[in-house]
Amino acid sequence: MLKIEAIFRPERVSAVTNALLDVGVTGFNYQNVTGQGQQKGVEVIVGRGGQATTRSTVAKTLLVTVVSDDKKDAVIDAIVSATQTGEIGDGKIFVSSVSDTIRVRTGESGEAAL
Amino acid sequence: MEGKIAWMLTASALVFFMTPGLAFFYGGLVRAKNLVNTIMYCFVSIAVVSIVWVLWGFSIAFDDGGSANDFIGGFSMVGLQNVPFDGSGDWTLLDVTFQMMFAIITPALITGAFVERFKFSTYLIFLVIWSTVVYSPVTHWVWGGGWISQLGDGRGALDFAGGTVIHINAGIAALAAAWLLGKRRNPGLQSNNVPYVVLGAAILWFGWFGFNAGSAGTADNSAVNAFLVTNVAAAAAALTWGLISMIRTGKMGAVGVATGAVAGLVAITPAAGAVGVMGSLAIGFGAGVLCFIAVELIHRTGLDDALDVFAVHGIGGIWGALAAGIFTVTAIAGDDYLGLVEHGDLEQLGIQAVSVLGTLVYSAVATIIILYILDKIPGLGLRVSEAEEDMGLDLASHGEQASVGDGAD
Repeated sequence: MLKIEAIFRPERVSAVTNALLDVGVTGFNYQNVTGQGQQKGVEVIVGRGGQATTRSTVAKTLLVTVVSDDKKDAVIDAIVSATQTGEIGDGKIFVSSVSDTIRVRTGESGEAAL
Repeated sequence: MEGKIAWMLTASALVFFMTPGLAFFYGGLVRAKNLVNTIMYCFVSIAVVSIVWVLWGFSIAFDDGGSANDFIGGFSMVGLQNVPFDGSGDWTLLDVTFQMMFAIITPALITGAFVERFKFSTYLIFLVIWSTVVYSPVTHWVWGGGWISQLGDGRGALDFAGGTVIHINAGIAALAAAWLLGKRRNPGLQSNNVPYVVLGAAILWFGWFGFNAGSAGTADNSAVNAFLVTNVAAAAAALTWGLISMIRTGKMGAVGVATGAVAGLVAITPAAGAVGVMGSLAIGFGAGVLCFIAVELIHRTGLDDALDVFAVHGIGGIWGALAAGIFTVTAIAGDDYLGLVEHGDLEQLGIQAVSVLGTLVYSAVATIIILYILDKIPGLGLRVSEAEEDMGLDLASHGEQASVGDGAD
């Protein structure tokens, strides 16, 4: 089982979730996150309009889904085609291993719980 | 008479609304974890000062103090005795009502300097003491027959709606409080809610029509003029501030424009009964420039006047008080008042300066003494603990959150 964490442009959320459902992903969650990558921070006005300063306040969405190993390529392709623009700021996807999954309703574990 | 009462009650309601407006203006500027606390400082002032005022605050401000009348009023109107229902006394319930709204907002203004770290229980006591010992006496000096109203052979300083009584007073008290209190541990960079700041400023602007035009005391030409010059000054200052910040940073932020408007409103407050539209344009422009610079200069001193109360209300009030003597129009202000521009007369400007200085000194010293004592009383103290300050005063002081996002709501 693999955990796929994708950070991408927030305006692409619906495109990503639709694409994931199309490839048979059974669940995911997402949240708004703030930070910066190659897009450096954003300039904000502080005080009462006297100064500007740069803050790491670029908004992205972080989506997490856990899938069986065989779905990995399909899921990554789905996310990339839903969000890629070719400009700096398209985001990153991280893949890591999950040691177990449990379905709360029935108590099942392992791949059957996905 | 009916028109007068109708207008003055309306004006009183408008000024009342400024205190909740201030709550949101200030609230939007602080860190999200202190939003409820910042609003509470203003809101609870309504509750406390309303009572103090009718019990003894009004009497001290407006009663004849006999041999001490230069400095303080007496106690013959304590509990509003001798203020008859039928309006036949020296002072009427209408006077009490309108003036009460000014007494309420003045200490609330000070809180802008000590947000995010001041202990709430100490604040409740501070409200009662400051209102009694600083607000009412200064009111007495300017409007209650005290020494400022006697300057210049009885002409008095021009303070139509309380530039000195409310704004310079609160402004310098705020600076004194910031000095005693020390800096916030981790002030935020951005306002937590810019729409609240703008809405709050809009409510203040709206209420200020009552603040200034109501200070005419009746529904007459003076009220109309005050209403109009209030708007002009606010607009000029808002635009000036916005343009300066656009030149400095490349962008015009809403917080700056909102703050500029408030600075203009402060500055026109003492002058609204004495100047015309051209004078108010100059006053608004001046407020935009001077208060903007003041914000920067105060930051450089290292004093953490968190919401720039002295820069906006103190400097704005001082500029307005002096400008009232510069741009006086005798046809508007009354035959006794000769201004610098119209008549080349410096005397009124001198009177304004004396009034400003007296208020600055007294309010600063008295506020420092009050806060110093409150800090030393066991169980009180001025600051919350470091852990509470980091947690945020909404939870630490009130056990509430401005918005709950964890499913527990």
